[in-house]
Parts: sequence; structure tokens; C-alpha cells
Amino acid sequence: MGTAFDPSPRPNPIGGVGLSRQMQASWAFVERNFFLVRRYWGWEIAFIIYNITTSLSIVYIGKAQQIEGQDLILYLGIGTLVWSYLHAVFTNISEMISWERWEGTIEYTMMAPISRLTHMLGVSLFSILYGLVRSVILFFVLAMFFDINLSNANLVGALTLMLVGSLSFVGVGIMAAVLPLLFTERGEAMTFIISSVLLLVSGVYYPIDVLPGWMQMIGQFSPATYVLEGMRATILEGEATSNLWQFLIPMMIIGLLTIPMGMFVFNTVEKFAKRTGRLKRSG
Amino acid sequence: MRTMDPPNITPIDDPVIRSIDPASDAMVVDHLTKTFVRKTLITRKTLQTIHAVEDVSFRIRRNEIFGVLGANGSGKSTLIRMMSTLITPDAGSISIFGYDVHKDEAIVKRLINRVSVEASFFKKLSAMENLLYSSRLYGRSGKSLRRDIVEILSALGISPDRIDAPLEQLSRGMQQKVAIARAFLTSPVMLLLDEPTTGLDPRSKKDVQHFVNRLRDEHDATILLCTHDMDEAEKLCDRIAVIDNGRMIELDTAQNLRTRVGLEIGNPAATLEDVFIHLTGRSIEELEIPAEEIVA
Repeated sequence: MGTAFDPSPRPNPIGGVGLSRQMQASWAFVERNFFLVRRYWGWEIAFIIYNITTSLSIVYIGKAQQIEGQDLILYLGIGTLVWSYLHAVFTNISEMISWERWEGTIEYTMMAPISRLTHMLGVSLFSILYGLVRSVILFFVLAMFFDINLSNANLVGALTLMLVGSLSFVGVGIMAAVLPLLFTERGEAMTFIISSVLLLVSGVYYPIDVLPGWMQMIGQFSPATYVLEGMRATILEGEATSNLWQFLIPMMIIGLLTIPMGMFVFNTVEKFAKRTGRLKRSG
Repeated sequence: MRTMDPPNITPIDDPVIRSIDPASDAMVVDHLTKTFVRKTLITRKTLQTIHAVEDVSFRIRRNEIFGVLGANGSGKSTLIRMMSTLITPDAGSISIFGYDVHKDEAIVKRLINRVSVEASFFKKLSAMENLLYSSRLYGRSGKSLRRDIVEILSALGISPDRIDAPLEQLSRGMQQKVAIARAFLTSPVMLLLDEPTTGLDPRSKKDVQHFVNRLRDEHDATILLCTHDMDEAEKLCDRIAVIDNGRMIELDTAQNLRTRVGLEIGNPAATLEDVFIHLTGRSIEELEIPAEEIVA
């Protein structure tokens, strides 16, 4: 409104000045989700308490079953900490559609002049930050309750694994986010199935070789499997960062495949939703 | 005393907006058609077919307030959703300032904004938080943004002490004013209003209507207004398209519609409501379920 006519060729809404605009727009999702966490603080406290109590229960099982020469407490502590982080990343991303549909804002977000990559980048960035904060809180609580010995741990390597692992979870989360677009009422529940299967096959609380062969095979495709194995190697055995490629490479491959695949699936399903009128909350 | 006039907010310097040819039509709708089909999940047997919009064509001139008058379920919301890039047409096309809504979706999104009958906000967030989010998606940032938000909300009659309150604590009328502020802050050249005053008290309704008028007059916006409110259509719109069962059955100024139908029914003092009843064979209050909800 009120700007001079510039009869230039068709403008590119994404490139040039548009690129910094897309970065600002990504930040809008981070800021918005921070506002939401602050406003729904009661829910957040409830989630954190639930997260802490379930983690403590699991680690106490380890304490009760402790065998000489094995650090079962730390083994389960790593499992519960890593799963808490990856689950927070996955859930935040996979719920982005169902949450906005519940609020009634989905159409306004979808008609904003931003690329879907910008949208996903913002939501993913917040999810990683949110997951890290939750994990740090959980770590300090576990450290208060149990005598955790980290003298042998390679913490830089552990952090690297967490961050690379979260990228591979982003792609899976984006693919799961389309379910509420396809199934307006049941879609959100379907995302729970994906996270529960990942929990089962990824060796969160046990080595995956105790699973039946077909489950172990599925576990090979879960990024969580490599994050967990790598984290245990760095924290329990102090594996050097230079020796972590056996875990990092599969995670990178999964991330490089699932993120573009997730974007493709999301764009395809968004087109389907626009053709069938499913973007709106009630249909 | 509040003014209810659009304030002078910081304009967005945008190559997309600068690329608009001022001589072109604001919108061209050409043989637009949308049908929703409801099928069973497994056998894909058709349960229901709804012709929401059927072969609709019209042009909107730049700086015009163009009304679409129809009962609930007549296809107005589907029409506005297709213009908003939220529903893909089955046939026909819509172009906004020469850009096709389907092919040039990213550019069109920069040119438009919409105010719908539901305010559609994050309910726990405040007006300030909601508007910061939506404005940033349209490329607005910096210190001027917060100042502009306060200024526009004040101009709409929302006092500064309510700006940081969760929106769920604001009245329906106030929420709708925040929705108008959301659209205004993004400097749309084409504003799509889908029954923006439905459910508002008379004072809020008058405020919103006044604001819409000034928006066109002082900020060079073109406005499409979908409504089933006869008075609102007559007060605000330069031309009115009457739509019924997804088809456009008449298009003219309110004055011409009243004169022509008045002659046909032998009532020189015919109102717009008489026009509507004569053209559609029913009154505007005969409510139907919106097509999109049936498709759910």
C-alpha cells in the first residue's frame, strides 16, 4: 500500500531480500513457540514432572538390578535422557499441524508468504532448543538422585551425537506431521504409534540384540539406535570423538534422506489437503 | 476520544508490491468451479457431492470494495479460500494483479490477507504476541513493529492495558478488531473479508465498517467483502455479486439492483433484501450448513 510501481520482471518472493525475510520468518516460529511455552507454563511443569518421575522410576529399576562391574544406572540414565530429548524434538515437530488446527490458526500460517522449508526450519530449531532445555533439567535431577560418574565420559562427543541425531529425527517428525492433514481426527494419535515403535526398536532401555531379528532389522533404520549406542560409547567407555563416525555416518545418511523426503511428503499432502478442503479445522 | 482511522504504519518495502501494475484489474475470477466429494474410506464409494462454487466469473477493479452477498452455505467461504490459496480450484482461474493464485502462489500470498468470521488466534497469547508472530511471517521486524502494533490497536479502540492480556480474555468484538489489525499490519493490496462483522455488537460493527472504508480510501487497498448482512453490503460495497448455491446470479451496484428489481416486482422502494429474495427465491436467514463442514 502506498509504494511506487516498479515494472520489473516477475519478482522472486524467496530470493535476495526475500532470503533474510525467510530467516526472520523462521525466527517467528521460535519466538511464537517460546510465547506459547511461557503462557502454558502449567502444562510445561506437568510435563517436566511426568518426565522426571518416569525417568527416575526407570533408573531405580537399574539400581535395584545393579550387577557388579556394570553401570546399569548410567546405562538406563543415558537411555531415558536421550529418549526424553529425541521424543521432545519429534513431538514438537509432529504436532505442529494438530496444534495449530486446535488453536484455529492453521489457515493463517499456511497462507503466509513463506516457504514450507522456512516453516519447518523454525519449528525444528525451536524443537531442538526445547528438547535441550528439558534434557538439561532432567540431567541435573538425575545427578541429584544418583551418584553419576562422568570422569570417563567424552561430553563433547556426546553433544555432537545428540545434535546430529536430532537432525535425523527432524525428517521423521516432518513426515509424521502430515498425518493430521490426512486424517483430521485420528492423525495425531497415529503420530504416537510412530514414537512408540521407535522407543521399542531403538534400544532405549536395553541392547537391541535382545529383540527378535525382525525388530532388530527395523531398529537399524531408527536414528535413535545410533544416538543411543554412540552416547553409551562416549559416556560409559569414553570413546574419542574421532571414533564416532560409525554412529555419525548412519545418522547423517538417515537425516540426508528423511529431511528431503519429509519435505516432499509434506508438500504433496499439503496439495492434497488444499484439493480436498482439509486444511480447515473441521474439514 | 478514539479515532478508528487506520494509522500511518511503517510500510513494507517489497519488490512484489512494487511489481504491481496500477492499471491492471485487482482480481479476475474466470469460470471458477469447486466441487467437494465425500467418499467412504475403503471402497471409495461416493457418499455426497457438493457443488460449492460453479462457473463463477467476475472482475474487481483496483481500489474497489466488492461485495459477495449470499446466505450461509452459498459458497462464499469456499470462494474466499480459493482466493487465499487455501483451496485449489477444480476448474477456472483467479488472478490477483495479474498473478495466478495457483501458479504464482508465493507472490499472491504476499499481496493478500484475510479476515475471517472466526478471529483465529492463539487464544492464550496476547494481541501483541499474536501480532508479532503474524507480522514477522510477512517480513516485518524491528523496533517500529511493536510501536505500530500499539498504534493500530489503539486506533481500533483497544486500550494499551489490554494489549498484553491473553486474547481469550478479550470480547469477540475486540478479537475481531485484532484480526483486522493483523491484516492491516501486513500491508495487503488485496484484503479478503469473510463476514468480518458477524456476531459483533452494533458499536463494534460500525467501528469495523468505518475502518474498512478508510482503509480503501487512504491506503489504496482493494477489498473483497463476503457478507450476508444487507445493510453492510449496501453501505460499504461499490458493486455487489449475489451468489446462491455456488452460482453467481447477479452483479451490479446496490442502487441498480434495487431499481431493476423494484421495477420487476412493482415496488420502487425495494430494499436489497427484496432484491435477494426476488433473485434467490428465499430469505437470507435460511441457513444452510457450509459446504466445507459437510465435507469433513
